[in-house]
Amino acid sequence: MSSEMAYVIETLVKALVIIALFSALAGFATYVERKILAFMQRRLGPMMVGPYGLLQLVADMIKLFTKEDVVPKNVVKPIFLIAPLIAAISAMTALSAVPLFPEFTLFGHTVRPILADVGVGVLFVMGVASVSMYAPLLAGMSSSNKWGLLASARAVVQLLSFEVVSGFALLAPIMIIGSLSLIDINNYQIGGVAEWIIWKQPLAFVLFVIAIFAETNRTPFDLLEHETEITAGYGTEYSGMRWGMFFIGEYANMFTASFLVSLIFLGGFNPMWFIPGALAIILKVCFLIFFFMWVRAAWPHIRPDQLMWLCWKVLMPLALLNILITGIVLL
Amino acid sequence: MKPLDTRNSPYMYVHEEVHPVTPWEQFRQVVARTFKGELFVGLWIVFREMIKKDSCATIQYPLEKIAMSPRYRAIHKLLVLVESGNERCIGCGLCEKICIANCIRMDTKLGEDGRKKVSEYTINFGRCIFCGYCAEVCPELAIVHGGEYENASEQRAHFALKEDMLTPLETFRANKQREYDGFGALSKEADQWVTKTPLAY
Repeated sequence: MSSEMAYVIETLVKALVIIALFSALAGFATYVERKILAFMQRRLGPMMVGPYGLLQLVADMIKLFTKEDVVPKNVVKPIFLIAPLIAAISAMTALSAVPLFPEFTLFGHTVRPILADVGVGVLFVMGVASVSMYAPLLAGMSSSNKWGLLASARAVVQLLSFEVVSGFALLAPIMIIGSLSLIDINNYQIGGVAEWIIWKQPLAFVLFVIAIFAETNRTPFDLLEHETEITAGYGTEYSGMRWGMFFIGEYANMFTASFLVSLIFLGGFNPMWFIPGALAIILKVCFLIFFFMWVRAAWPHIRPDQLMWLCWKVLMPLALLNILITGIVLL
Repeated sequence: MKPLDTRNSPYMYVHEEVHPVTPWEQFRQVVARTFKGELFVGLWIVFREMIKKDSCATIQYPLEKIAMSPRYRAIHKLLVLVESGNERCIGCGLCEKICIANCIRMDTKLGEDGRKKVSEYTINFGRCIFCGYCAEVCPELAIVHGGEYENASEQRAHFALKEDMLTPLETFRANKQREYDGFGALSKEADQWVTKTPLAY
């Protein structure tokens, strides 16, 4: 077998694994989220379907797949139909440039668990992940619903707010490392916990985590689907699998963001003490996903104007200050 | 009109926050709130509840039920006399009279033995508000409130007839009619309050 053929097959397998794995993980994360939220609020969560409600996931899937795909009157039909696809596709595309695990050998063939090792990995991932904000924007605008319209207005507000902060926050560690490739960033942190970038850039870490909460639409910043204010926001008019795709996109985005934070700030897939690298990054991602849910259980939402105030008046100056100080130290 | 706090009124501001006015004060408030760690207190509290054992408040309803208090006012019961097994109800009609939801109906007739008999006794549970007046007014402790609260039904007529509320004879013969300590029943020390009825008016 020629090496090109092997490369094509390997890439296809990787793409399939990413899509299958992360769609399944997204579904499983909904179960985990419901359970964790329930325990934190002194409830039990899903308990009826299967042991400890584990098959609730299957029941939800059956419901989503078999529900009628309603397209309401007066919607802009092509955009209405395509918006959920943007959410799922952009989330999966962002995952393609993320190195998920360290290299390993399978049947005498070295596998690099990254679909496309682009030189500007961080830029690509952040860019494509931001494209996922088009999904709520277009969905809300096309669905001929006032809540949807409000949600898409908020999507713009949110995009303008977090994009600046996340970009500036990532600039400082990139200045130190001198590369945009996620593998280079990971390799920079070889040598144990003391080499993690979080110790050199604690402020950038905090800013970036805040920004990804806005980017993935998670509570405190889930303005787009504030139940109490705008019903279900951009998802009001959606039903069945189209609505489910928004969900898959949101959870896949959460995984992407967790991988990004682990890779850039928390030592990536380098071995941690006695823990091998692959397990280390799984643990870090699991903790970050748990943190997403933890925050959702503990903290209230904020208003859109508060989000703008926070991002533009507090976080952006701090990020600029951080870049300035990093630059001075590097000189 | 005078402002609220200068009027002679019992109302007053309980929680008066001092809002920052100048930008410097606003800035100080933001910094204070940022470094106070209140957000982390919130995180800790939910985490504590998660890892605490037996902190769950859920009752998995159809599988487990809470014990109802004996004073709970659910579906009525008509009790029978312990000694003879006769119905306690003497057909006085007080419950029908006092019922504010107008849901109790009874028919009485003169029995062969010369006693007043209750031939029909119905409670329309679609209208009943479970106020407990009927149990309170009953002079014979015949109608009381039970703890049966699962009274959803496909038929309006269900639970509404006398036979459904009356203690069945088998239950009574098996000595299973529990003397009732719930709503409408006599209190434990009721005997102390009994006085002789003055007959000579």
